[in-house]
Amino acid sequence: MAKSLAELKAIREKKLSELNLRQGKNGYRVVVGMATCGIAAGARPVMVKLMEEVDAKGLVDVSVAQTGCIGSCRLEPIVEVYDANNEKVTYVHMTAEKIARVVDEHLAQGKIVDEYTMTVIDGKVIDPSVKG
Amino acid sequence: MKELSLHMLDITQNSIRAKAKLVKLVIIESAENNEITTIIEDDGCGIPADRLQKITDPFVTTRTTRKVGLGLSLFKAAAEACGGYFEISSTVGVGTKVVANFRRDHIDCAPVGNMADTILTMVMSFGETDLYYQHDYNNQQFVFNTREIKETLEVESLNEPEILNWIREHVKEGLEEIMEEKIYGKVLSRTKSDSRKEIERT
Repeated sequence: MAKSLAELKAIREKKLSELNLRQGKNGYRVVVGMATCGIAAGARPVMVKLMEEVDAKGLVDVSVAQTGCIGSCRLEPIVEVYDANNEKVTYVHMTAEKIARVVDEHLAQGKIVDEYTMTVIDGKVIDPSVKG
Repeated sequence: MKELSLHMLDITQNSIRAKAKLVKLVIIESAENNEITTIIEDDGCGIPADRLQKITDPFVTTRTTRKVGLGLSLFKAAAEACGGYFEISSTVGVGTKVVANFRRDHIDCAPVGNMADTILTMVMSFGETDLYYQHDYNNQQFVFNTREIKETLEVESLNEPEILNWIREHVKEGLEEIMEEKIYGKVLSRTKSDSRKEIERT
C-alpha cells in the first residue's frame, strides 16, 4: 500500500506543533449541514472540496465541523461560517464550485460572498436567487 | 440517495448525535452470495423500546427543527426495494445497531459509491468520535481504524487537511487493492484508466 503508515508518521514528524495550532479561536469556524437533507442534497462533495481548498490555501486558523438540520431543508447544502466574534454568515444551495469561492474570498480574504448567502426578512427565508 | 455510502454517512450522523465514542461500519460485498450487507453499530445513548418500534416511520423524529425523520426510513426503503432486509436493534445506555441488506444484482440496488470521500466526510464530521471501518469484498478485507491513526500521530483530532488527505488516499488505495479481481490467473485491475483503455480497445 503506497499510502503507508510510514508516510503518516512523516506527517507527524513534520510539524506536530503546527497540527495543534488549528484551534480556530482567532479564525473562522465552518459548519456544514450533515443531516439527511444536507447529505441527499450534496453535502459530501462540499465537505471534501472544503478540505481540499483549506489545505491548498494553507489556512491554518480555519476549523471545519458538522451540524444537523437547521430546518431549511430546501436550501441545503447549507454552510455556516462563524468568525472570531461568533458572527454567523449562512451560505445556501452550496456546491463544490461555490465553496471554493467562499474559501478563496471569505475565509482567505474576509470578503463575504453575498450572492450565495441566505437572508431573512420578516422571519421569512429569502432564497439568493429571489434576492438577486 | 444515489449511493449506499450516503445512507451510511447519514446513519452515522445519528450515532454522533447519540454521543457515541466509537462507530463501527462494516460493509460486506459478496458476488457469490449476491448480496451487500452494511452494519452500523455505535456505543451511543441508545433508543428506548417504545421509540424503536416507530423509528422507521418517517413522521417520527426527536428533532425540533422539523416534523419528519427520513434517514432510517429511506435506508429501510432502499434495502426492501431491492429484495433485502433492514433491522435495527438498540439498548439504552449500550448502543444501537443498524443492519441493511441488499440484493447485489437487483436493478434498484444503488452502488456502494465513493467510500473514500464518505470516510473522509465521516472523519471530518465525527469530532472526537472514533470510526472503525471494515470492508469485505469477495473475501478480501480492508480495515481502517481512526484510533490507530490517532495513536500513531499522537493527536486527539484528525480534522487536519494533511491527515485528511492521507486518509482519503489510504482508503482509496486500500479499496482498490481488495477490489482487484483475479480471473484466469490474471489480475484485472478496476482502476479508471484501465476501464478507459478497455473502452478504447473495443
